[in-house]
Amino acid sequence: MRASLVELPIDSAALLREVGVHESGAVTLFVGTVRNSNDGRPVTGIEYTAYAAMASSELKKIVGEASQQFGTDHVVVEHRLGYLALGEASVAIAVSHARRAPAMDASRFVIEEIKKRVPIWKREHYADGTREWVDPTRKYTSMSAGEVR
Amino acid sequence: MNVRVLLFASYAEAVGSDSLQLELPSTARVGDVLTEVRRRISRDVPPSPMMARNAEYAELDELIHEGDEVAIIPPVAGG
Repeated sequence: MRASLVELPIDSAALLREVGVHESGAVTLFVGTVRNSNDGRPVTGIEYTAYAAMASSELKKIVGEASQQFGTDHVVVEHRLGYLALGEASVAIAVSHARRAPAMDASRFVIEEIKKRVPIWKREHYADGTREWVDPTRKYTSMSAGEVR
Repeated sequence: MNVRVLLFASYAEAVGSDSLQLELPSTARVGDVLTEVRRRISRDVPPSPMMARNAEYAELDELIHEGDEVAIIPPVAGG
C-alpha cells in the first residue's frame, strides 16, 4: 500500500508494476486526466494545490480503508500537484486482487473518497486567460463528460 | 492563547493570505476560529465550511489548545 502526493508526472506503468503480484488475477488502473472543457468553458490547464500534511494523511487513510474493505494490500495511489497541461494525469490508482470485482470496486472507492475528503483544490485556467477555483458543491449548468449525477 | 489559522485556495485569496495568527481565549473551540476570522478578517469566508485541527477534520465544538493549527477547508476538488 502506498499513497503519495507528487510534483512530477505520474508514471502509471510504474504503479502497475508496484501492485503486480503472482497472487493477483486482476489489476486495475484508474487515471484521472485534465480535460479540455468544463461546464462548456474551454480549459487550457489546471493548477492543483493541497493542504499537504492533511491530504497526505487522508490519502493514506483511504488506501488503508480500501485495503481492509476489499481485501487486498496492493493499492497504490498518486495525486499530482502543481500546474498540469491538457491530458496530463492528475491522479492514478492501481489495485491488484485475486478477483476482478473487488479490484474494480476498490479503485472506484478510492477515487470517490478522494473527491469527498482529501483537501486538494484545483484552479482551472481557461482559453480566455481567466482562472477560477473549482467548487464541486456549486450547481453546474450542464453535464460534464465523465461526471456521475 | 495563540492559534495558527491556515487558509487555502479561494479562501486564501479572499483573505489575501494563506495563514493568520489569532489570539483566542483558552476556552476557544474550533468554531470560534471561524467566527473570529469572519468577524475580524473577511466575510468572504462562508459561515459553515469544513474545519480541521492539526491536519484532521474537526467538529466546530472541539476544544483547541495553545499552538494548534486550525484550517478552514474550502470545498475539496481533488481527482
